[in-house]
Amino acid sequence: MEMKDRKEQELSYPCLATETFTEEETVAPPSSFLRDVVTAYRRNRLAMAGAVIVLILFLVAIFVPWLTPYDPYAIDLEVMTEPPSWAHWLGTDQFGRDLLTRILYGTRISLVIGIVPTLLSMIIGTTLGLIGGYYGGKTDMIIMRLCDIVLAFPSLLLAMVVMYTLGATLVNIFIALAAVGWAGTARVVRSQVLSLKEKEFVEAARAVGVKNRVIMVRHILPNCLPALIVLFTLGIPGAILSEASLSFLGVGAQPPTPSWGLIVTSGKEYLFSAPWVAISPGLFILVTVLAFNFMGDGFRDALDPYMKQ
Amino acid sequence: MLKFILKRLLISIPILIGVTVIIFFLLNVVPGDPVALMMKEHISVDVVARVRAQMHLDDPAIVRYFRFLGGALRGDLGESYKLNRPVTSLILGAFPNTFILALCAALFAWIVGIPAGILSAVKKYSLPDNLFMGFSLLGVSMPVFWSALLFQYVFAVKLRWLPVAGFEGWKYVIMPAIVLGWSSAGIIARLTRSSLLEVMRNDYIRTARAKGLHELPVIFGHALKNSLLPVVTVMAIQVAGLLAGAVITESVFGIPGVGRIAVNAIQARDMPLLQGAVLFETTLVILGNLAADILYAFLDPRIKAA
Repeated sequence: MEMKDRKEQELSYPCLATETFTEEETVAPPSSFLRDVVTAYRRNRLAMAGAVIVLILFLVAIFVPWLTPYDPYAIDLEVMTEPPSWAHWLGTDQFGRDLLTRILYGTRISLVIGIVPTLLSMIIGTTLGLIGGYYGGKTDMIIMRLCDIVLAFPSLLLAMVVMYTLGATLVNIFIALAAVGWAGTARVVRSQVLSLKEKEFVEAARAVGVKNRVIMVRHILPNCLPALIVLFTLGIPGAILSEASLSFLGVGAQPPTPSWGLIVTSGKEYLFSAPWVAISPGLFILVTVLAFNFMGDGFRDALDPYMKQ
Repeated sequence: MLKFILKRLLISIPILIGVTVIIFFLLNVVPGDPVALMMKEHISVDVVARVRAQMHLDDPAIVRYFRFLGGALRGDLGESYKLNRPVTSLILGAFPNTFILALCAALFAWIVGIPAGILSAVKKYSLPDNLFMGFSLLGVSMPVFWSALLFQYVFAVKLRWLPVAGFEGWKYVIMPAIVLGWSSAGIIARLTRSSLLEVMRNDYIRTARAKGLHELPVIFGHALKNSLLPVVTVMAIQVAGLLAGAVITESVFGIPGVGRIAVNAIQARDMPLLQGAVLFETTLVILGNLAADILYAFLDPRIKAA
């Protein structure tokens, strides 16, 4: 997409053909942004492992009703806090609910909680970062001071306060995490915009009278994409951990939602008699977070050449 | 130097004011009458009105904000709805516990993180390097409350080496400090490693080696000091982060610190207490960042010029 954009620019303004671009064209003729990144990404074994795990998690989240014979909410007082067995692979919780079933259903919540707030904070952060970086001056100063203030808060505490005010529901977790997370993105995007707007292709677009809005969205934003992909992938595990922490503290997901953080919390009471309740969902959090972290690191390495402005 | 410190101090003031604005308006738009919350049972309408007037709850939000700000500047954060005691004294009473916990966690992070980072850099891609980096990744990927429970299960329930929870002596600090400091240790180790590796590429290191120096004097005499510059800054930032991050650790291990005050205040819907605790911890973080900046300028004179 980025290349296509550049190519268009190059056709309409031949003077814009930057050196690196022509080099790429001659050295590796069928090279494209996507192909380069995929090739570099695939060389990283941990990143590939992360991608496979994430794929499996998505499949589990979609097909979970067919994967387990149990209902995540069905209470069965006959089998309270039973240790792992053939019938219940990870045992049961204090209400006799199958733990594995609840954890598998929890995949849905964790993925949604990982992705939605991160996407929201990316959208807010990117918009503000673009505006601030591009227009500069007072607008920029106000946006950046706001970033400083939000970043000054310990993020968990700020999220706790937002949840206290809004009330503990799933949608409010999205809002709380986005409200806390946008500032980091805004800073990164702004710094990218600052260097991008000095580039010749922006100057040229401006010279031929392209509108500011169009320059920002069509010319600058695509060049921020590599950094945004990395921020997004690395933001997901952060959001998952934050939701788990909020739920643990009682201001996140509410029972009987099968949220991983919440299952660990309920297992806390049975740590002596039924440790599996607290321990197994935590393992799923750990593996999920690790997988996204590996992916993020992989993207960062693969996109590195594109992030140097 | 003085000018630099003064300038950084001046930048912190609007941030601090912004923080108070956000905390105040987030917590004071919350629906629910605090008076009704305090008294619960049947009370007459005019008692409620009188108490509301006493607490100035009917004043416009702006007026109440400036009263809150004025009070905060004088060290008065109001009175807890539930405990009927000044918020400031409650927080200051709990702070030493949080401070001890954060300090022990920081010490753990440095004592483990820096040597691990050095070893990892010196023996790049060796087994210890991979092991340390693996542990470091684990530290940032584990939910703190989960690793806390895991530690409790292994060291208190199974091995019976350490007490499960409470805060009555040095034995009680060990587990919480390790749990809290683990991710910081990992970050420090990674940073030390990458920073040392970068410094090792410099010309003066090549010179040191060229004059026939052994690897150890090269690292400890020439490379380490420069490579620790960014590490020291992060350490200063982390202390503040640990103070604030102790929220979860304190709740799991039952440590009566500021973080637990905040969590309890949420559960009891005790707004002034929550407000005070959050403001206190955020102020600490801002001061920590300020200290880090100043420390960095002290250690690296190039910064002041910029």
